[in-house]
Amino acid sequence: MDTLLEVKDLRTQFFTQDGVVHAVNGISYELHRGETLAIVGESGCGKSVSVLSLIRLIPQPPGKIVGGEVWFDGQDLLKLDEDDLRRIRGNRIAMIFQDPMTSLNPVLTIGQQVEEALQLHLGMSKHQARQRSIELLEMVGIPDAAARIDDYPHQFSGGMRQRVMIAMGLSCNPEILIADQPTTALDVTIQAQIVDLVKRLKNEVGMAIIWITHDLGVVAGLAERVIVMYAGYIVEEAEVNDLYADPRHPYTLGLLRSIPRLDRVRQEKLQPIEGLPPDLLDPPKGCPFAPRCKYRIDRCWEENPPLRVVAPNHRAACWIDVTDVTGAQD
Amino acid sequence: MAETRGNNRNGDVLLRVEGLKMHFPITQGIIWQRQVGSIKAVDGIDFYINSGETLGLVGESGCGKSTTGRAILQLYRPTAGHVYFQGVDLTQMKGEQLRRQRRKMQMIFQDPYASLNPRMTVGNIVGEPLEVHNIARGKEKRERVMELLRVVGLNPYFVNRYPHEFSGGQRQRIGIARALAVNPDFIVCDEPISALDVSIQAQIVNLLEELQEQFGLTYLFIAHDLSVVRHISDRVAVMYLGKLVEMTDRDTLYENPLHPYTEALLSAVPIPDPQVEAKRKRIILEGDVPSPANPPKGCNFNTRCPRAMDICFEEEPPFKDVGDGHYVACFLYE
Ligand SMILES: Nc1ncnc2c1ncn2[C@@H]1O[C@H](COP(=O)(O)OP(=O)(O)OP(=O)(O)O)[C@@H](O)[C@H]1O
Ligand SMILES: Nc1ncnc2c1ncn2[C@@H]1O[C@H](COP(=O)(O)OP(=O)(O)OP(=O)(O)O)[C@@H](O)[C@H]1O
Ligand code: SF4
Ligand SMILES: [Mg+2]
Ligand SMILES: [Mg+2]
Repeated sequence: MDTLLEVKDLRTQFFTQDGVVHAVNGISYELHRGETLAIVGESGCGKSVSVLSLIRLIPQPPGKIVGGEVWFDGQDLLKLDEDDLRRIRGNRIAMIFQDPMTSLNPVLTIGQQVEEALQLHLGMSKHQARQRSIELLEMVGIPDAAARIDDYPHQFSGGMRQRVMIAMGLSCNPEILIADQPTTALDVTIQAQIVDLVKRLKNEVGMAIIWITHDLGVVAGLAERVIVMYAGYIVEEAEVNDLYADPRHPYTLGLLRSIPRLDRVRQEKLQPIEGLPPDLLDPPKGCPFAPRCKYRIDRCWEENPPLRVVAPNHRAACWIDVTDVTGAQD
Repeated sequence: MAETRGNNRNGDVLLRVEGLKMHFPITQGIIWQRQVGSIKAVDGIDFYINSGETLGLVGESGCGKSTTGRAILQLYRPTAGHVYFQGVDLTQMKGEQLRRQRRKMQMIFQDPYASLNPRMTVGNIVGEPLEVHNIARGKEKRERVMELLRVVGLNPYFVNRYPHEFSGGQRQRIGIARALAVNPDFIVCDEPISALDVSIQAQIVNLLEELQEQFGLTYLFIAHDLSVVRHISDRVAVMYLGKLVEMTDRDTLYENPLHPYTEALLSAVPIPDPQVEAKRKRIILEGDVPSPANPPKGCNFNTRCPRAMDICFEEEPPFKDVGDGHYVACFLYE
């Protein structure tokens, strides 16, 4: 397959008053041309830091990318000088964030903000940029775009603002769109609109997407491949069907079992994962999931399992083979 | 044990809400404030909750769920309507009389970070209602607090710690312990798990269910996650733009939704299974929810409804029982 981006052993830490936060602890993966890759995991597990590190948007200090390589188009983005990187960021690799209100400038009109991106990255004239902006806003489903383009962000609803962010992200025809929880703050009916829109646009534009979320439901309908993160590590990576049908890490298994499903018979009791994720200021020595794991063995307390191939195109970081210890369905 | 809850379905009505309205004034002017309109946050709703059951209340952001919860507890004084709790109308009460009723009704909040006073110890947070309502003081209070912490699954020796030392899930447990302190009959759970991680949500849901069994509690469970609401509720009410559009028992709502909004809402919930998702057909609603300051004429939902008819733009559909306690407000079922 055509590799577009290759991340090797990426490590990012924050040097704070309280100590070193081990946010991303050596993650490696590839992104293929035109694919949708989801990164899932709970709050604080390093999803945002891991993608912000790719394009060096980590606040520095206190943050520091302490190791790794990020290969894109024959260059290591972590070694590129700032000017060259700026030409890639927002242009060939675009990013949209969780809260569209904080990422849009409240004192500029929607049009001014979309047009600016086009003029800056594509060198369009003012007139061209305005025409293209209206087209883009229409494409993302803003009704009456030609009239609404002169509105300010507060005049738009949350869902509309997120559409504007997507329009801006797409404005330069990026090869990679990184979307960091773009629907988490939205209602389910609006989320369904946005997911539908992104799927359609992806087919039209042919870009690759990295979609970050907590929501295993959204992932199931959107992604082709999934990375599960826990405590700054990738603990599982698989094609979407395999991940749900044949999860190999106890954490993934636990997550899938803990959520109630609308399409299944109601269970008498939910099955939570007991305990809490570890403190990244003081990460455990062995497997980071060991304190909460139902299947752990002595070795799990001592050594952290590496991510290794467990089936074709399927990697997991666990000392045991969960298919040995779990029934087919329980 | 869920059976005991089911049996209560035909039991006594604990809470009955009639024609409840909560409008907030919109004012203009700096020196002479004059009212130029109102936000119709809750605009005439009727429902009841039986003793020992859980009524789920779902709907999109801003549709009036929290306002409903607050107006029931008289934290807001309703603009119109009645709230009968154990047969007495809370909207007609004040002062000491109301305070005594309030002790039987508690609230758990969405945001476990903002809802606990950061300068109070866990012991004082959980113990405060015991003092306010003259239930226990001193050593007795301390023992009761430690007992409550144990009940919600926290280490009793946490009493001297402060909220910032706890995770979101643990803080939510502290909030639950505080609500339980006064031995309430009824708890409004306002999105108690929305701010929590998926892996922690199930812990809190299970805890709420265990406590319900143990203490015979009645819940109004507000949420926008329809999968969780289905799990925890006996009956479910669906709200849109200040009004109830449908209310029935859990299984009927999910198997046979009548209102077009309920249908769309259910179809928008993603299912964590790629095989299922690939085959699903979604009803994608156009547009956004209108402003509650200026709701559309006729049926509230007419601006987005895929099945709207002429009458829907003229008249407001009544919220009525179409059989077996299945309430719906839609002209398709007239
Ligand atoms: N500026 C910062 N200073 C110190 N620590 C930070 C900073 N930014 C992030 N961290 C820490 O790095 C870890 C990873 O954070 P990150 O934002 O990547 O989490 P996330 O997986 O995106 O979570 P969420 O789902 O809540 O967005 C967390 O423990 C966080 O506290
Ligand atoms: N104290 C207040 N003053 C004025 N308007 C208010 C007040 N409280 C709520 N509102 C408005 O009333 C409407 C209903 O708000 P409410 O908080 O009840 O919604 P909700 O259904 O709980 O939403 P969410 O899911 O976002 O919590 C909103 O338009 C809100 O802006
Ligand atoms: S390595 Fe051990 S503790 Fe970690 S997930 Fe596997 S079994 Fe559980
Ligand atoms: Mg994040
Ligand atoms: Mg609310």
